[in-house]
Amino acid sequence: MEKWYLMTVVVLIGLTVRWTVSLNSYSGAGKPPMFGDYEAQRHWQEITFNLPVKQWYFNSSDNNLQYWGLDYPPLTAYHSLLCAYVAKFINPDWIALHTSRGYESQAHKLFMRTTVLIADLLIYIPAVVLYCCCLKEISTKKKIANALCILLYPGLILIDYGHFHLGFALWGVLGISCDCDLLGSLAFCLAINYKQMELYHALPFFCFLLGKCFKKGLKGKGFVLLVKLACIVVASFVLCWLPFFTEREQTLQVLRRLFPVDRGLFEDKVANIWCSFNVFLKIKDILPRHIQLIMSFCSTFLSLLPACIKLILQPSSKGFKFTLVSCALSFFLFSFQVHEKSILLVSLPVCLVLSEIPFMSTWFLLVSTFSMLPLLLKDELLMPSVVTTMAFFIACVTSFSIFEKTSEEELQLKSFSISVRKYLPCFTFLSRIIQYLFLISVITMVLLTLMTVTLDPPQKLPDLFSVLVCFVSCLNFLFFLVYFNIIIMWDSKSGRNQKKIS
Amino acid sequence: MAALTIATGTGNWFSALALGVTLLKCLLIPTYHSTDFEVHRNWLAITHSLPISQWYYEATSEWTLDYPPFFAWFEYILSHVAKYFDQEMLNVHNLNYSSSRTLLFQRFSVIFMDVLFVYAVRECCKCIDGKKVGKELTEKPKFILSVLLLWNFGLLIVDHIHFQYNGFLFGLMLLSIARLFQKRHMEGAFLFAVLLHFKHIYLYVAPAYGVYLLRSYCFTANKPDGSIRWKSFSFVRVISLGLVVFLVSALSLGPFLALNQLPQVFSRLFPFKRGLCHAYWAPNFWALYNALDKVLSVIGLKLKFLDPNNIPKASMTSGLVQQFQHTVLPSVTPLATLICTLIAILPSIFCLWFKPQGPRGFLRCLTLCALSSFMFGWHVHEKAILLAILPMSLLSVGKAGDASIFLILTTTGHYSLFPLLFTAPELPIKILLMLLFTIYSISSLKTLFR
Repeated sequence: MEKWYLMTVVVLIGLTVRWTVSLNSYSGAGKPPMFGDYEAQRHWQEITFNLPVKQWYFNSSDNNLQYWGLDYPPLTAYHSLLCAYVAKFINPDWIALHTSRGYESQAHKLFMRTTVLIADLLIYIPAVVLYCCCLKEISTKKKIANALCILLYPGLILIDYGHFHLGFALWGVLGISCDCDLLGSLAFCLAINYKQMELYHALPFFCFLLGKCFKKGLKGKGFVLLVKLACIVVASFVLCWLPFFTEREQTLQVLRRLFPVDRGLFEDKVANIWCSFNVFLKIKDILPRHIQLIMSFCSTFLSLLPACIKLILQPSSKGFKFTLVSCALSFFLFSFQVHEKSILLVSLPVCLVLSEIPFMSTWFLLVSTFSMLPLLLKDELLMPSVVTTMAFFIACVTSFSIFEKTSEEELQLKSFSISVRKYLPCFTFLSRIIQYLFLISVITMVLLTLMTVTLDPPQKLPDLFSVLVCFVSCLNFLFFLVYFNIIIMWDSKSGRNQKKIS
Repeated sequence: MAALTIATGTGNWFSALALGVTLLKCLLIPTYHSTDFEVHRNWLAITHSLPISQWYYEATSEWTLDYPPFFAWFEYILSHVAKYFDQEMLNVHNLNYSSSRTLLFQRFSVIFMDVLFVYAVRECCKCIDGKKVGKELTEKPKFILSVLLLWNFGLLIVDHIHFQYNGFLFGLMLLSIARLFQKRHMEGAFLFAVLLHFKHIYLYVAPAYGVYLLRSYCFTANKPDGSIRWKSFSFVRVISLGLVVFLVSALSLGPFLALNQLPQVFSRLFPFKRGLCHAYWAPNFWALYNALDKVLSVIGLKLKFLDPNNIPKASMTSGLVQQFQHTVLPSVTPLATLICTLIAILPSIFCLWFKPQGPRGFLRCLTLCALSSFMFGWHVHEKAILLAILPMSLLSVGKAGDASIFLILTTTGHYSLFPLLFTAPELPIKILLMLLFTIYSISSLKTLFR
């Protein structure tokens, strides 16, 4: 492509920002006895290197599952093993069984950061670049600007481990959007086998591919495609789980580690419905476990059903991406044991639709970074998060002139407002309302950030600021859930034809 | 919403570039910093805690004050802000004190002072009138020049990692150049005089200023063939220029003249005892000279031409800052380096005098003066290459020939700065930023002049 040099510059900027942010403290630095996620990653290298495969997911004297036991699917374990081999080559003390617990040194930090950077460089960044290059109907300059904004998204930079699963998921989306369905599904299966949270994205993939098969006709090409996809999925799962399929107990134990249903509706403070509800009514304590499970299951599926059904009936690339967003958002808001970092699973699809609805996407991505504020403050990442958020905001504003794109047409709400105007003729102020909401949202976020950083919470309510952050973010996310669902439901072929004619 | 855009001011590409690089500088805060960090902390302490009469005598720390008085006053003003960050850094006896607040303050002071550099770049962009190319923003000379100056790799790593205050000083220099382009000669001269009293390394380019102002400002008109018209000599202009320089110098050195401390100040400013080469050799002519001397001495020893007892024990490669004798080739004195430098700048000075080509000619002469002084000067630091690179950037977007020379100069010059950052965590940063700047500069200039 022309202007390849600008794309290279953008990638280099992305890499530089990632590396400079990683020079800061990591999660759990200098905080014995448990330390943090950094220590978890190191510990998995230790376990996978020193113990045989059969013992990785089981509790034993060598492998204490309470101390950062493995709770991701096998591909993560294999990746840790690979890193462990490299670590062994450089300094065996880093992964020595038992004695390396809580190992912290400058050299080790460099090693861990380098593995993350290489992982990003090999999987995530090429996917982003290729995705932006394959976007249709926009100029080269906009493609490069799009890549810059995606690479500068603060959430993925600040959360300090490799995003293999997001990279693979992105390859999956890329494959499927470009009609390489088999490769796309393979990539997505690898993503699921890397982190089970990718299941948040599984339904849209399934519905879209099913819809494609139906469209091609179940009696001919569609059926062939369906069979091929099924084979790929099964084959990839079998390949990844091979060592664990030998015994039933192995498989069950891994599943138990992956889906800890005993842990409860939510842990810590997270910006989803249940945590916000808990502020008013302590449902976590009132309702019994299985009722909580059923409640969350039902609400999740009810909220994502309309979009998925529409995707099966009218599969389109655009609908696929928006359904990814709404589905992941539904899971985030209503599901069981959601972690704050899971918002990244929603942010990635939103990055993909950045070029279509720049204003709303930028707003969402800012809120998603803000929702992780308590976590970032705990890891002492205040300065990098403020700087990267500002950089991201400036990049988006300059590249897309987002403040000029707030008309109904631009927000993809035209068909919706036309339908509403049939009943309420005076409903003409939608974009005005949305602009005001944006202003209120940003002001609230800035104020809350300032308060959290400068003030001390009152004695009786030590978690006040984290709860406020979660609550405000949850309200924003609910608004976005409604918005994205509206876009999906009111997106029709006739709407697109109108645009072509005019 | 439009109001919001205007208020944030980020729709403008120049502001976006400037803000972007500022944010990158904020990210570089936790990186490695050299002893220059302690140097400036020490100067903050000296200027804050001691009276003026002690400033150039204080020697508790090895990093004595060796910049002209204006810089000392600058540190004095900074110290009054510093006391709100961390009072302890202003204690002269707190050697190597570097609490997190000290680090934050010093880094932010560099980032803040770069505002002057950004302003100067903006003024320079108004002055250049490169090729009239297409409407594409990224292909406009102004855009390319802004990136080459604002995102200059050398300036980024020297100022914001290694730690120095070159940003605003180069801002003053670029601003004075811009003023000369805009025919506001008095302002240009004033700014340069002020700059000299901030950091005297800019003496390297003083001949260019002197000759240009004399020839093109004091002689108000030329003969039709471009040669000098002696009758158009304007005494008023000479006197006013002289007055400006005199007043600035008086403001700067006056207090020390009154205290009879001038010899001491000059001995601090021009420490000739420091030796021909710095601890890290600048890649200049004398580095080659030393290397040749070393090679010859080794050969001489092997072939028994030299007596081992006559060879001095210390050598130039030991990384120390001292005076040394050469073994085979004749030793080099400061006077010898001055003569070499003068010979090197003579051709360009001649051209500036006999065939003046306006501000562009002046800029060329300035770059050559900087480069010649770098090549032949006494005790040159590697960082001095920036003195040649930054003015050259202004020329590079004008002509294709200048662009190709600029690319060679900047790539090798920036690469020569690599040894300044020798720690492992900074290795990816310097490689990535170097690649970024090099790829951008080569591709954009190539596109501009295709």
